[in-house]
Amino acid sequence: MANKKDSFLDGIKAGIPISLGYFSVSFSFGIIAILSGLSIWQAAILSMTNLTSAGQVAGVGIMAASGSLIEMAISQFVINIRYSLMAISLSQKIDKKFPFLLRFFLSAGITDEIFGVAMGTKNSVGPRFLAGLIALPFIGWTSGTILGAIGGSFLPEYITNALAIGIFGMFIAIVIPEVKKSPPIAIVCAISVVLSCIFKFAPIFQNISSGFAYIISAVLATLFGVFAFKDANSTESSKEETHG
Amino acid sequence: MDNRLFFPLLIVMVLVTYLLRMLPFVLFRRKIENARVKRFFEYLPYAILSAMTIPSILFATSNMVSATLGLIAALILAYKGKNLLVVACAASLTVLTSDMIFAFLI
Repeated sequence: MANKKDSFLDGIKAGIPISLGYFSVSFSFGIIAILSGLSIWQAAILSMTNLTSAGQVAGVGIMAASGSLIEMAISQFVINIRYSLMAISLSQKIDKKFPFLLRFFLSAGITDEIFGVAMGTKNSVGPRFLAGLIALPFIGWTSGTILGAIGGSFLPEYITNALAIGIFGMFIAIVIPEVKKSPPIAIVCAISVVLSCIFKFAPIFQNISSGFAYIISAVLATLFGVFAFKDANSTESSKEETHG
Repeated sequence: MDNRLFFPLLIVMVLVTYLLRMLPFVLFRRKIENARVKRFFEYLPYAILSAMTIPSILFATSNMVSATLGLIAALILAYKGKNLLVVACAASLTVLTSDMIFAFLI
């Protein structure tokens, strides 16, 4: 295994399970996009250029509320900053011969799941493997969005309702295993939920948009966690991120 | 949605998201050493997903009762360690079934 050749086909194979998951989840994103007022092709462009679930859900929320460019920039920055950490970790694991220009191109495909699989392989990660690994999930994410957006325009309401909740199901499936493993993460998540509910229901916060409410809730809860649990050892932070 | 609203917001969204992925991948060589900074980035994704899920999930469908049932189903299955696909489908099916039962009862 150690000296295995960098293979596009190996990447494709490793990406199959991710692409199936992305297809179904992006279907519910497509529906959410339509319910937020986007057209089918707007939803498709959004998914092709972003390839990120939480960021896109927050993004269409801001679009639907005619939010500001600054709000969009801050929310995407905070929600997607985790990709920077993953990109750093991944940059340590790639081939020494990984072409510099391909880094610009393939970095666009770093997602939670693709990062997780790439870090889980025994070999160093070559450009062919990484390209193969990104290919099917990209296709799954885009085609699922388009079909969800089309379906969202004509499917009956009780079906779209049921499908729209799917993406939240995925968020829950990402968070709960970490909550079980790590008491600090459990407490941070609980605080984040309480703050998020306060923003949603407290009358004085009604003019704060949902995008900002998520950011403020999450950052405050995380800061609390960082300073409250001084001695919690964060071993193998790269593995902690390999959910999914 | 009007393209004059959509495209400026989309471009900001894409630029921020892409730069966050590209810059560290192209430039960084060293790992983050500071324990607090490390833990901040370790906790943050889960805090964001939690805040985005609750309470929003309750308003994701037109019926708060079925949405609550979907939430409970997802929590139980995720706690049992089921994968993303299973949890997402179970939440959807629960909402669908309970909506149909309510429609029948009312």
